[in-house]
Formats: sequence, structure tokens, C-alpha cells
Amino acid sequence: MATVPVLKMSAEIAQKIREHGARGYPNECCGALLGRDADETSAATTGGDVLLPAREIFALFPLVNRRDDSPHNRFSVTAEDVRDSEKAAREKGLDVVGWYHSHPDHPARPSQYDREHAWPWYSYIIVSVANGQPQEMTSWRLSDDRSEYACEEIAIRDSAAK
Amino acid sequence: MGVKVIIPTPLRVYAGKRDSTVVKATTVGEALVSLTTEFGDLRKHLFTDEGKLRSFVNVYVNDEDIRYLAKENTPTKDGDTISIVPSIAGGSGLFYCRR
Repeated sequence: MATVPVLKMSAEIAQKIREHGARGYPNECCGALLGRDADETSAATTGGDVLLPAREIFALFPLVNRRDDSPHNRFSVTAEDVRDSEKAAREKGLDVVGWYHSHPDHPARPSQYDREHAWPWYSYIIVSVANGQPQEMTSWRLSDDRSEYACEEIAIRDSAAK
Repeated sequence: MGVKVIIPTPLRVYAGKRDSTVVKATTVGEALVSLTTEFGDLRKHLFTDEGKLRSFVNVYVNDEDIRYLAKENTPTKDGDTISIVPSIAGGSGLFYCRR
């Protein structure tokens, strides 16, 4: 039975990720996704697919790409940055539920390098930036056996409807 | 009383949803072996197939990075707390996904 993760965010959050990608061009940008998973009891079942409890992003924690040797096609967030992100999330009553980064002049698809440096559970958002303009934005989750990424549906909610 | 190991949020699903466990260990290496023996599903997310700690997995003993101590041979004693923190990395290149 397949699982279909869903990642919700406001249009403003989505726009901020795109803008960070454009601002960082031609280098990769990165940041933390602060949010929480909905109560498991809210998970729904439709058409044979079990929907994981929806995850929602409520805030971003933009970070500095620590890779200065190859920042156009690599990004790095140090363990200290991760701890700072977790602290920022705790202060808002949220969790670090994932990470975002940009792919300058490359599609919004995870690379083998991405896969080797990831954990399951986290949502990994990728925004493609072509010639400085943000393009497609996708989100991915690593499989339990680390073998592949599965696409996560991004649901942009109306900012007026909380 | 033993060594407390805090399990990072993304990996709790592989540890019976627990946020920490207590192990008997005199070194960080022993603690990690004990942890991954108790929760076998954690192993592949912390260690490579060759049994080395993954490059992006960082381990702290009471807030001290073991890289600056004696790495996995860093001694531990009852009452110590071990934290496991990932560093995040990625980038563009060969694609690896399904839709």
C-alpha cells in the first residue's frame, strides 16, 4: 500500500524559498523548514493509499551555504547550524521538519549526492533557479532503506485560511 | 545509571518512537554499538555498509564534538549524554529519485 506524503505551506513561505534561491544565484542557497506533523489520527485513507499525517511548514530559518569551494553545485549546513535551527524551532514551539536548497541551472530533482547525505523523515525541498529566476519547486523524502527519494506533494494553502 | 543517548527526531521512528535510551558503555563507539544493537533499523542511517560512521553524522558527548576528542574512542561514564546531530549537505548532479 503506497504512502503519499503531503507538505503544506502558505504562499508566502513558498515565495520566500523561491526568493532565497534567486538571491543566492548562481550559488546554492539553503535553510531549515520549521513546522510540525499533524496529529496521526488526522491521517486519511483514500483510494487504497494511506495518506501520512500532513506536515505543515510555518516558518523558515535561512542559513549560509558553508561550501565555499563549490557553492554553485553543493551546499553544506554544519552541525552547529543544525543545532541553531533546532533551537529556533523550539522557541517557536515547532520542529525542524526538513531543509530546502536550490539547484542553480539544474532541475529540481535530488542528486545521488543529496541521497548520500540525507536521512528519512526530513522533507527536502529543492527549488530550481534558471538564469537567476526561480522555477519549479519540489519536495522529497528519502525511503527507509535509503535507496531512493519519493516525491512529496506540496500543497500551497490560501494565506487567509489558517 | 548509564549513558543517555538522545535519538534525533528523524530517526525516532526506527527506535520505537523513543526520544532517548540509556546504554552501558565506556566509549562512544560502545554506546553506538549498543544503541544500534537495541534498535537495528538505526544502523544504516548512522553507519556506512563498511561500518564507518557516516560523514554527515556528528556525535557529541555533553556538548563536546567527539571529532575534537578521541572520536569513537572518546571515553564515556555514567551520567554522560550523547547527542547525534546531522550536518546537512547536497547539491545538483546525477538525479536519483522516482516520481
